[in-house]
Amino acid sequence: MNKKGKLLAVPTLVWLSLFFALPLLVMLVVSFYQRGLYGQVVPSFTIDNYLRFFEPLYMSILVETLIVSFITTIGTLLLAYPLAYYISKIPRSRQNIWLILVMVPFWINFLIRSYAWVIILRSQGIINTVLLKIGIIEIPLNLLYNWGSVMLGMIYTLLPFMVLPLYVSLEKLDKQRLEAAYDLGATRLRAFWHITLPLTKPGIIIGSVLVFVSSLGMFVVPDIMGGAKSMLLGNVIQNQFLSARDWPFGSAISMLMIILSALLIALYYKAMQWEDENTRLEGD
Amino acid sequence: MKRLLSIFSFSMLAFIYLPMLILVIYSFNSARINAVWSGFTFDWYRSLVDNRFVLEAVANSLTIAFANMIISTIVGTLAAYAFYKYKFKLDILWKGLIYFPILIPELLMGLSLLILFSQVNIPLGKVTLLIAHITFSIPFVYMIVIMRLQDMGRELEEAAQDLGATPWTTFFKITLPVISSSIFASALLVFTLSLDDFIISFFVAGPNSTTLPIYIYGMIKRGITPEINALAALMIVTTMILVMIAELLRRRGSKNYTPFY
Repeated sequence: MNKKGKLLAVPTLVWLSLFFALPLLVMLVVSFYQRGLYGQVVPSFTIDNYLRFFEPLYMSILVETLIVSFITTIGTLLLAYPLAYYISKIPRSRQNIWLILVMVPFWINFLIRSYAWVIILRSQGIINTVLLKIGIIEIPLNLLYNWGSVMLGMIYTLLPFMVLPLYVSLEKLDKQRLEAAYDLGATRLRAFWHITLPLTKPGIIIGSVLVFVSSLGMFVVPDIMGGAKSMLLGNVIQNQFLSARDWPFGSAISMLMIILSALLIALYYKAMQWEDENTRLEGD
Repeated sequence: MKRLLSIFSFSMLAFIYLPMLILVIYSFNSARINAVWSGFTFDWYRSLVDNRFVLEAVANSLTIAFANMIISTIVGTLAAYAFYKYKFKLDILWKGLIYFPILIPELLMGLSLLILFSQVNIPLGKVTLLIAHITFSIPFVYMIVIMRLQDMGRELEEAAQDLGATPWTTFFKITLPVISSSIFASALLVFTLSLDDFIISFFVAGPNSTTLPIYIYGMIKRGITPEINALAALMIVTTMILVMIAELLRRRGSKNYTPFY
């Protein structure tokens, strides 16, 4: 096989150019078009779709989405770090089992995982049924269809995205540096704060970017577990395409979301390189 | 401290699995309205089998998942081999094209495909679904296979060539056997991914190409019934089994288990 072997990559590259890159370009173009009377896309240039996004209504949804994404990221980080730390400390053979167990839910879709919570939290759900039976409450609690349930659902569904990058970072951690710190009389807490935490920064960044970007585009969890008031940017976009039938405006919001995601993903790659360099240094 | 950490980790495992476990258990509860346990029943599963729409959705899901598995596994594996073997000009651009689909929110991928299909007048249906599924599957296959190739190292192939094996012999006798388990693993994973996908499918499916997750979404929107529990429980169990097998395959013969991010 000579250089012709490179041709093996052609189907993939052509396919992804046609059905991944091209659609995004078309979306970019449509975001500068106008909506016709009957919801069709009219090809005449305008930047109104972008200007409209800066109306207070959408700005407040953007702010809410950013806040929810931020809380989700912090929440998953706080839950995932100790878990990833634990996994990195147990013997190899058990590490694999734990990783698979944490990984499996990643493949079950958001819809079904948030639906599982609906069964537990709804007014005829399991928690309310139990509490009513015991007699602690007399009328069912409103556990579902509020911001709290949306946050719970987001943290629940996005958790696997955080655990794995953290584990990878913790796994690569140079144990000698920790031992040196202990030899010099550092307490466990100090050693964690001054060595483990800074050295696992790449994992923290990678996990945070993955969770934050996924929360930005989330519409299933608010749709299933949130009430009419808990709308995120993803739901607004979805509405523009399905009920409002304003594709150009929906495309404009999508483009803004892509730009934001791309910026964050750039940060992710920086963190990846950083991690590679860190390990290479330690390997020398 | 160590004890506390292990208690915390086990409770996280409970947090991850309990909701799904409860869902599976309650799919056998005979009560229709509330969560009081009123006896074991297979009724909800039986009524699924009698439901024409469910069967149709299952058939659609399986057909698309199967076609997607064949196509994206072949296409993605070839690309992984090419990128492992050769240096490409504009490497960063190509890698970006392969990795970006995994990282961007699925919502955006689904919508941009919807716009493309409508702008070039391709009617939504099984074909558009299949196109979308192949698009999000190829990068997964690529990643899993190229990780195995890099893990294998070049020594084996070089040794074979030094002993006079032709490139083709080397590929079929050395490379392919080493990476075959990861190819099977990636095939299983993209089959699962496709069976399970809701977000992207939701935007590119037509009225006659409803898949199982889309059908479940419709049911949930209409009101919660025990049949949904049964259907969701089936999906959870199927996905778990498929992924477990894939993960075991992927780890077979591989030195260390690396999750792919």
